[in-house]
Amino acid sequence: MAGVPGSAPALELRGITKRFGDLVANRSVDFDVVGGEVHALLGENGAGKTTVMRIAYGLTHPDAGSVLVEGHEVAIRSPRDAIAAGIGMVTQHFSLVGPMSVAENLALGRASGLRLDLDAARRRAVHAAERFGIRVDPDARVADLSVGEQQRVEILKALARDCRILILDEPTAVLVPAEIEALFATLRSLLEEGLSVVFISHKLGEVRAISNRVSVLRQGQMIGTVAGSTDERELARMMVGRPMLGVERSAGAPAPSEAEPVLRIRDLRVDGAHGRPSVEDVSLGVRGGEILGVAGVSGNGQTELMAVLSGMRRPVAGTVSVGDLDLTGADPRQMTAARVGRIPEDRHASLIPDLSVAYNLVMERLDDFRHSGRIDERAIRAHADELIARFDIRASPDDRVAALSGGNIQKVLLARVLSRDPRVLVVSQPTRGLDVGATEYVRSQLLARRADGAAVLLVSEDLDELLALADRLIVLYEGRIVGEMSAQEADREQLGMLMAGRGRNP
Amino acid sequence: MTLLIDLLAATLRNATPLVYGTVGETYAERGGVLNLGIEGTMYAGAFVGFAAALATGSPLLGLVAAVGVGLLSGAVMALLTVTFGANQHVSGIGLTIGLIGASEFANRLIFRGGELQRIEPMPLINPLPDVGPVSAVFSQYGLTWVAFLLVVPLAWWVLQRSSFGLEIRAVGENPEAADAAGVSVPRTRYLALMIGGALMAVGGAFFTLALLGSFTLDIIAGRGWVCIALVIFGRWRIGRGVVGALLFSLIYSLQFRLQILPGFGDLPFELLLALPYLVVIGALALSGRNVAYPGAYLKPYRRS
Ligand SMILES: Nc1ncnc2c1ncn2[C@@H]1O[C@H](COP(=O)(O)OP(=O)(O)OP(=O)(O)O)[C@@H](O)[C@H]1O
Ligand SMILES: [Mg+2]
Repeated sequence: MAGVPGSAPALELRGITKRFGDLVANRSVDFDVVGGEVHALLGENGAGKTTVMRIAYGLTHPDAGSVLVEGHEVAIRSPRDAIAAGIGMVTQHFSLVGPMSVAENLALGRASGLRLDLDAARRRAVHAAERFGIRVDPDARVADLSVGEQQRVEILKALARDCRILILDEPTAVLVPAEIEALFATLRSLLEEGLSVVFISHKLGEVRAISNRVSVLRQGQMIGTVAGSTDERELARMMVGRPMLGVERSAGAPAPSEAEPVLRIRDLRVDGAHGRPSVEDVSLGVRGGEILGVAGVSGNGQTELMAVLSGMRRPVAGTVSVGDLDLTGADPRQMTAARVGRIPEDRHASLIPDLSVAYNLVMERLDDFRHSGRIDERAIRAHADELIARFDIRASPDDRVAALSGGNIQKVLLARVLSRDPRVLVVSQPTRGLDVGATEYVRSQLLARRADGAAVLLVSEDLDELLALADRLIVLYEGRIVGEMSAQEADREQLGMLMAGRGRNP
Repeated sequence: MTLLIDLLAATLRNATPLVYGTVGETYAERGGVLNLGIEGTMYAGAFVGFAAALATGSPLLGLVAAVGVGLLSGAVMALLTVTFGANQHVSGIGLTIGLIGASEFANRLIFRGGELQRIEPMPLINPLPDVGPVSAVFSQYGLTWVAFLLVVPLAWWVLQRSSFGLEIRAVGENPEAADAAGVSVPRTRYLALMIGGALMAVGGAFFTLALLGSFTLDIIAGRGWVCIALVIFGRWRIGRGVVGALLFSLIYSLQFRLQILPGFGDLPFELLLALPYLVVIGALALSGRNVAYPGAYLKPYRRS
């Protein structure tokens, strides 16, 4: 369904170059998308995908290059210009005003002056619901919506501005499989209306499922453009410059013994908002040398479970123990002392972004680097150099953590936790937002811990990840365990049903 | 009874500058900028308004001059914090020190410290003169009527119901989102700060043009800081802020009347003077927990 041959592309970028200091984020990048097509932009973390599209939308200013819409060069100085040219963008981190209603978000920026037409915004929401099946309550507060719903609001916002070119920056990163299907269905109906879609992603399967063409960026340079049907190995090779191997729990690994669990949780209950418990009656055990996967749609108690195991939250009832040690209500320091390593979902909150990599790496054990009250800078640097080499962190000890890419931030956290040789490891969404290379690395490190006999609790929304790594799986729904199975007997469909709350007892 | 009527009239009168200041500061802060220049802006409004009124013989022109200096003060604050991205605390305190200093300097220069100059203050207006003794409550300055009947409802409507107000709130909550939606963050913040500055300056001018008819040093006496507290007390809502201003003013007016009452005369009057401030501190301590600050409070916004 590509555009009429010979006609100009809906959007064309020519020779886009952008530098951030010494770093070249885009090096003379060319890209185009024609009417009615999905053109995917694929690349590793930090490849420059977001940068080039933020330039097209006026959020970033290029050092060189031009933007053409329908064959005519347009000056894009701000998103206002881009919107006027028919370009809409759903940014990687959503651009919605949380405390405002959906209708207010839709009305924002539409008219200057005093007249505010919320009824028109409501009508547009209803209209879009009919035409594209994008259903949202116009009077709901955005902050109260799920991420999937927020994304629908974002798309609606772009469509309400009559955009003909829609840029989606990693739209599936925060969605569960059912939501991804719904998004794709919406996109297909939009394509029939002649919309052009730029789809940024580093998930190969999705890119193949939706795209007519795929362009690959690597370290700011355009590597090439291929058909959407190109096989995954080839795409991965273009993306990382070498063939990829999947990381999986080796089938022949010894099944964990019937030994006593190392990490044991009994009848855990954690209070949530509005007086309803967010975790209830959760009991589980993880043995040494075992990975227990926790499946579930986010918001079903995973965050609270992790908070308890990280020592950030006290349970209302129940016990947590590691070996013979009771850790119920323990604080983070006690958790560290008990050799419980934690890699929480929000990696930015676990590190101090304004401090250097070296300091962040010793944050949990400053006492070891202190002699009679003085910080031993040399030892801290030596320690950082060692971990940077061992965990393949692409940064220098003095770099601020805030300046690192997502993959490297996760490696810093991983290095800090794993270098302490934890007996228990609790991990949440360890590869969210990471590219294939970094994902592979993180997963292999988790499996190495398992082989060393650590008990690993892995919370993830990514079913592929759970099936590839976990020995056993439990499913959380509304704070309760609604299913438990070994990874061998787990099947995707059944897991999906359990995650959606349509388990055994309807 | 007369005491009560007198107290109510004084409450409305004394609340007037606080209402202008609080509404003005609310605009600045909802746009994401803490304007600590408020104390200085009120001071400059009081002085410039007075000087212009004295020179022209017209309090109305004095008011216009005060509005002008307020717009200018807001624009300077915007230049520092929006255009240059400077620290908001430092910029605001600097602005206050600068404006108070400049006003006092100009005061010396123009009036050479001679005898106190006076103008004919704005008259009291009473729309309800024939409703018995209660009518004294309604004997108020024009600026008081404008504050409560025009400025407060209009400011509320613009902020909550108009497209411009939506932009101010968006820019203060999430400037990235506002920018991505095509709203100019700098333009909106400039406007919010300038409107806010104009209101603050009118609040200051109320003292010289209406209440006192003269300019004295330290005329604002920390009321700008009180407005900062009232904005937090009101949780960045105009209505609640105005309620706070009335409450403060009520206690302020009450303590003056208590001082002359038998029985209270034995209390140190400093304690009574401190009463309204103590109540504000208490109210802030109680209501100040779990407040939701505007999301982009104190944060400059820069596109990369
Ligand atoms: N505002 C900025 N200042 C400095 N460096 C930046 C800025 N924005 C991006 N970069 C750097 O530019 C490079 C490209 O970043 P970009 O966000 O475009 O990557 P990406 O391909 O979208 O990656 P991801 O998959 O992680 O989203 C990265 O190395 C990043 O650190
Ligand atoms: Mg990106």
